[in-house]
Amino acid sequence: MTSIVPKEQSSESKKDLSTEEHEDFRLFGLIAFLIADGMTFAGFFAAYLTFKAVNPISPDAIYELELPLPTLNTVLLLVSSFTFHRAGKFLEKNESKQCQKWLLITGSLGLAFLISQMFEYFTLPFGLTDNLFASTFYALTGFHGLHVTLGSIMIMIIWWQTRVPSGRVNNENKFPFEAVELYWHFVDGIWVVLFIILYLL
Amino acid sequence: MTISLKPNDSPPEKLQPTGWLKYLSFSLDHKVIGLQYLVCGFLFYLIGGSLAGAIRVELTSPLSDFMPREVYNQVLTLHGTIMIFLWIVPVVNGAFGNYLIPFYVGARDMAFPRLNAVAFWLIPPSGLMLITSYFINGAAQSGWTAYPPLSITTPAAGQIIWILSVLLLGGSSIFGGINFIATILKLRRPGLKLMQLPMYCWAMLGTSILVVLSTPVLAGTLILLSFDIVAHTGFFNPSLGGNVIVYQHLFWFYSHPAVYIMVLPAFGLVSEILPIHSRKPLFGYTTMVFSIMGIVVLGLVVWAHHMFTSGTPPWMRLFFTIATAFIAVPTGIKFFNWVATLWGGKISLNAAMLFSCGFIINFVLGGITGVALAQVPFDVHVHDTYFVVAHFHYIVYGGSVFVIFSSIYHWFPKFTGKMLNENLGRFHFIITFIGFNLCFAPQHWLGLNGMPRRVAEYDPQFQVINQISSVGALLMALSTLPFLWNILQSILYGDKAGDNPWNALTPEWLTSSPPPVENWEGDAPLVIEPYGYGEKNSNKIQEGMK
Repeated sequence: MTSIVPKEQSSESKKDLSTEEHEDFRLFGLIAFLIADGMTFAGFFAAYLTFKAVNPISPDAIYELELPLPTLNTVLLLVSSFTFHRAGKFLEKNESKQCQKWLLITGSLGLAFLISQMFEYFTLPFGLTDNLFASTFYALTGFHGLHVTLGSIMIMIIWWQTRVPSGRVNNENKFPFEAVELYWHFVDGIWVVLFIILYLL
Repeated sequence: MTISLKPNDSPPEKLQPTGWLKYLSFSLDHKVIGLQYLVCGFLFYLIGGSLAGAIRVELTSPLSDFMPREVYNQVLTLHGTIMIFLWIVPVVNGAFGNYLIPFYVGARDMAFPRLNAVAFWLIPPSGLMLITSYFINGAAQSGWTAYPPLSITTPAAGQIIWILSVLLLGGSSIFGGINFIATILKLRRPGLKLMQLPMYCWAMLGTSILVVLSTPVLAGTLILLSFDIVAHTGFFNPSLGGNVIVYQHLFWFYSHPAVYIMVLPAFGLVSEILPIHSRKPLFGYTTMVFSIMGIVVLGLVVWAHHMFTSGTPPWMRLFFTIATAFIAVPTGIKFFNWVATLWGGKISLNAAMLFSCGFIINFVLGGITGVALAQVPFDVHVHDTYFVVAHFHYIVYGGSVFVIFSSIYHWFPKFTGKMLNENLGRFHFIITFIGFNLCFAPQHWLGLNGMPRRVAEYDPQFQVINQISSVGALLMALSTLPFLWNILQSILYGDKAGDNPWNALTPEWLTSSPPPVENWEGDAPLVIEPYGYGEKNSNKIQEGMK
């Protein structure tokens, strides 16, 4: 029986053709993915702003946000972007110990952000289903918090992978580091927009 | 131990299945993945088609006597969802895109082969999940649009499974889109310029931009909708202070571009097929490119024309009417370019050509009703009637599905190395074309006279026209048989195709049929003028061709 199968090549010619040399597009792919991810947030923001413009908040609904804690969160994330960048500088100079130190600081700042966010959740006077704005607040910050959680886990992974001598992330193999750094800056940027729209407007 | 093992002979390669088993494996070969998409999509097409048949049987009589109303709603929802998300989108993008794009850019595979395989393997489980939801407590009942509050008040289990399934399919679509953008922009063979690419590459680039920009918005919206269903939040629930219009805006921000995600790749495929079978260069390459990109840009700002009866303010109606009318310009350019490509050509009326011509005829009819629907006074009259059903079936079936069949007839020799039977193919085309027009043309009349869509029962005055429509649907169902027979027969006993049965100039024909694992024995050919048919120097164009 004939079947729809491409002709098998001899192992000789296969070896000659087996790899295609091309530059690394993984960061390009990640950027495209982050654009897509950003569009998800854009949809959420658009929904929130439309709710705000069209659906007036009812007088008995409780929807009040305190500023100090989220401001602290903003500072935590912005500083963590900076410390990540610092770690990258040390990775370029092949100083893994220093790089690991700054990565650890970055990861801790991410965790601190999450703890502080949790604290805010528990002290807020409204719950998920109390009113439209409460729901949108939790959906937006929760979806962002999910991103921070994933980012923190990935930071911890590359922290472990930059160890000397057996880690696989180093000056030659920088892609995992660069990818997580780009993702982390993206998550921070989203937070700044979220902070402005949700807390300041 | 003897050292006869070469360092390159890594064990995993030996574990890769060969033969037909390859098509059930996590293969990284773009050609295998393309055919996986195609066959998987076709199986779902058969399921979705059976559901359409059930709908047409129900509508032969005014009463809902063939199935209960709840079941009718489920069948309707599954039909729409399967046909869009599991048949047309994966096949026009995933199947032909994966198979052809690496050839067209002169690469040995896609930019991210592993991501590519993941994108495909998300489809069968989510499709099965969607279908099995019918047997677990009933499938979703709110149509493929899942408008709240209907989607919040109908049984939750089916709706949630529907949402999960669409989220997975959306993820698959985004992964595919990222892959196509990277492959087309970054993986081109050195020396190949963007403006020398075959038109399908441009269509896929435009489509992938739409996928990456709009699909995530649908994902976010469906996440909010699932919160409304599971956690009883009130985003889209008016009784809890929510806003259904926001859902409609967000939904159509994806789902209008989704129409272009289904039809732009079809434009690209037709632009490949017409020049080859009429032996003429593609007319107006540059205008084609700009009209594709124009459709991409305009396609993102026309969504609210689906919402003219949702209480949209007058300025919004005006803006979206004008924007929608503008889309007719690039689309019209493409239509006239295809006609001009055929004009004076040496046309061979084989099955691929017939289906492409069928596409042009059906698409221009669907396009005209589309321009009509963009006008608010007319749209308000026929909104949510069978006129709309007729319009979009002319676009997605008469357009995209005709092109899928055309492409199968055209590329089958490349896929398998065997020729399809042309007479059976022409027979298939004639039944499909008659059946399709018999099924959907009368629905314009039904809609103009006020028969609402999505309802199992209707006014008895519409019965005769509905029965005519159902006869057309029966013909469409029967037309699948000669096609399937043709495929089966040709795979087993078909004539050998040879490398280039159509004497085509595009790169996929410049290798053996079926192509070797890495696409070319030697270097990829540099095809700088893929449409140089009937020109004196056409033999010189294929530099680097061996």
